[in-house]
Amino acid sequence: MASVFEYAPAPESRAVVDIAPSYGLFIDGEFTEAAGGKVFKTVSPSTEEVLAEVAQASAEDIDRAVKAARKAFGKWSALPGTERAKYLFRIARIIQERSRELAVLETLDNGKPIRETRDTDLPLVAAHFFYYAGWADKLGHAGLGADPRPLGVAGQIIPWNFPLLMLAWKIAPALATGNTVVLKPAETTPLSALFFADICRQAGLPKGVVNIVTGDGGTGAALVSHPDIDKIAFTGSTAVGKAIAREIAGTDKRATLELGGKGANIVFDDAPVDQAVEGIVTGIFFNQGQVCCAGSRLLVQESVHDEVLESLKRRLSTLRVGDPLDKNTDLGAINSAEQLARITALAETGEAEGAERWSPACDLPSSGYWFAPTLFTNVTQAHTIARDEIFGPVLSVLTFRTPEEAVAKANNTQYGLSAGIWTEKGSRILAVAARLRAGVVWANTFNKFDPTSPFGGYKESGYGREGGRHGLEAYLAPSSPEGER
Amino acid sequence: MSTVDATRLSVFKTYKLYVGGKFPRSESGRVYEVTDSKGAWLAHAPLSSRKDARDAVVSARKAFGGWSGATAYNRGQVLYRIAEMLEGRRGQFVREVAEAEGLPKAKAAAAVDAAIDRWVWYAGWTDKIAQVVGGANPVAGPFFNLSTPEPTGVVTVLAPQDSSFLGLVSVLAPVIATGNTAVVVASERLPLPALSLGEVLATSDLPGGVVNVLSGRTAEIAAPLAAHQDVNGIDLTGADAVLAKELEIAAADSLKRVLRPHATDWRSDPGTRRLTAFLETKTVWHPTGSLGASGSSY
Repeated sequence: MASVFEYAPAPESRAVVDIAPSYGLFIDGEFTEAAGGKVFKTVSPSTEEVLAEVAQASAEDIDRAVKAARKAFGKWSALPGTERAKYLFRIARIIQERSRELAVLETLDNGKPIRETRDTDLPLVAAHFFYYAGWADKLGHAGLGADPRPLGVAGQIIPWNFPLLMLAWKIAPALATGNTVVLKPAETTPLSALFFADICRQAGLPKGVVNIVTGDGGTGAALVSHPDIDKIAFTGSTAVGKAIAREIAGTDKRATLELGGKGANIVFDDAPVDQAVEGIVTGIFFNQGQVCCAGSRLLVQESVHDEVLESLKRRLSTLRVGDPLDKNTDLGAINSAEQLARITALAETGEAEGAERWSPACDLPSSGYWFAPTLFTNVTQAHTIARDEIFGPVLSVLTFRTPEEAVAKANNTQYGLSAGIWTEKGSRILAVAARLRAGVVWANTFNKFDPTSPFGGYKESGYGREGGRHGLEAYLAPSSPEGER
Repeated sequence: MSTVDATRLSVFKTYKLYVGGKFPRSESGRVYEVTDSKGAWLAHAPLSSRKDARDAVVSARKAFGGWSGATAYNRGQVLYRIAEMLEGRRGQFVREVAEAEGLPKAKAAAAVDAAIDRWVWYAGWTDKIAQVVGGANPVAGPFFNLSTPEPTGVVTVLAPQDSSFLGLVSVLAPVIATGNTAVVVASERLPLPALSLGEVLATSDLPGGVVNVLSGRTAEIAAPLAAHQDVNGIDLTGADAVLAKELEIAAADSLKRVLRPHATDWRSDPGTRRLTAFLETKTVWHPTGSLGASGSSY
């Protein structure tokens, strides 16, 4: 559908970012080469341009990083909380100062629109460090005993969908509570974590408190199985989460796992349609749908199905897909060729199984990894696209008649991370929210995040919470009579 | 026990499982001999099978909606009623604990008293834990944001092997106080107090299926429970290190919440750790709107 008004291109400048041709591993406060000298390339998903070469950490490098973190742990954990807090406040401030540079960098390496990195990712990253900075000298008041102790060295593995934000979710609470960390960014989005290493240096953070090791799944596995790691914090797929849970069985290692989801976004017949449609769009097309808490299943009450779908299709026709650095862009690139192949295959399965596919007309760029926003109607609960996490801009639409049916369908999944409810009736919101087996429920809104708000799933979406006071628990051993947890 | 007419033959009790509010024998028809600490025969206990374990999960799942949906006040009332019933059977439990654990009567009595007091303690927690671990979150935007704890679901509890009653109560009460339902595997060698507890629960207004008690070989019963896709959590207290590792690996397949075993003095203050081990945190957002000149809006 042609727009009434065309937008002129409004690209954000790349000049604010200076990407080096190659990066080493950040261990014990220094950038060093990987032991084997292996490197891999990171590309811009919107153009396939090679952005830089980064070191591929081996088990030997992981050992070096863990030793550095262990060495740093004694002094760091013994530091008065007020001093640890000030380091985190410094980091938060430097992130704010460098936020435009980091937003552009993240958009280049990840492919997501600059509007999102600038307005969502970066403000939340800074806010997260500010929030946990304030906790560092107040831990005795967190309800975890008078003198809770840090666990030691945390091994942290983060995904590619919100690279710097996931780093903040992991590192800020770990450092505030006196732990030291070895963090592995995702293979396809290593750059913002390496820039963060530079921020640690600027903040004067003691050597070894934060170590950044780049690499692939093998690097992550070496980190998980390292015997001197006390805690694993992982965000990623449910399959890998299960492998981690198996790997650490019988050890003293603790874990928080933030895994997949298949969130239901439930629209009742009394919901204001325009607002619900905006919420549906935010729910599944924010970050190209590459969000574990995406509202990837739309459950719409049968009586308003046609009206909602018509309005939704009209809205999708106005979404702008293309150059992520353009400030008008709504949907950017898919993060990698591998992810694009997965989305493509699942969408084809949806068609093959009999669901009805629809996308607005949109021109996709010729290079890079792209997938048009896609709707499936006539979807049943047995369809693969109603069960499997697609992690892309693909919405499966199902219907229901009664609130009971909506709840039963929403809960009919191995996952339990998020859900949405759209209705004008307050008591219905509360009744439905109480029965949804999901860790985050957004009512008349969707995909809202805040450092004070605990985030995490039920069932196979993982365990533990990140954010808020709850997020401290994952990094502390309470000084209760029973001691360890 | 009280004085008994020397000429009167006492009536033995057939110990049975407690599943879904009923007292079945093991579906396998198997029993095993339970002896006192000196090896003298006390009774036969049901030797539960994998099928018994699966039946118990079905009962626990069926009971979950009602029990987790009951008001916290109501759950507290029921738990307190259990303590009242325990008090009435105090003498029986003292005898069973003394025989099982080889304790002098005074020490067995102290353990039973502590166990009853622990029920009372947990009964009082039902309507307070949400205020301690939940609350409003001051998000940076026009939203009401509330975190509340909810029960994880069906929880398998491997009762401690050495503390047949105080230990059992200490691991079971916190699981159901928060609204979970439980499948309890009694101490393998000392199962009789646990089986008798089933009789107390059956007369305490506790809905059938909220607690299900199995006796038998811990390793045999625990394996299918750890791997069961409809069990949400497992407390490994009664497993040794080797079994605990095996079960934790099996539990990973459905990402069960796992409470690992560790040495515990059952007489000490338990803290809130066991209450929170099988709780999920749910966070609900809603716009607060604004009352500007143009009226309220989302």
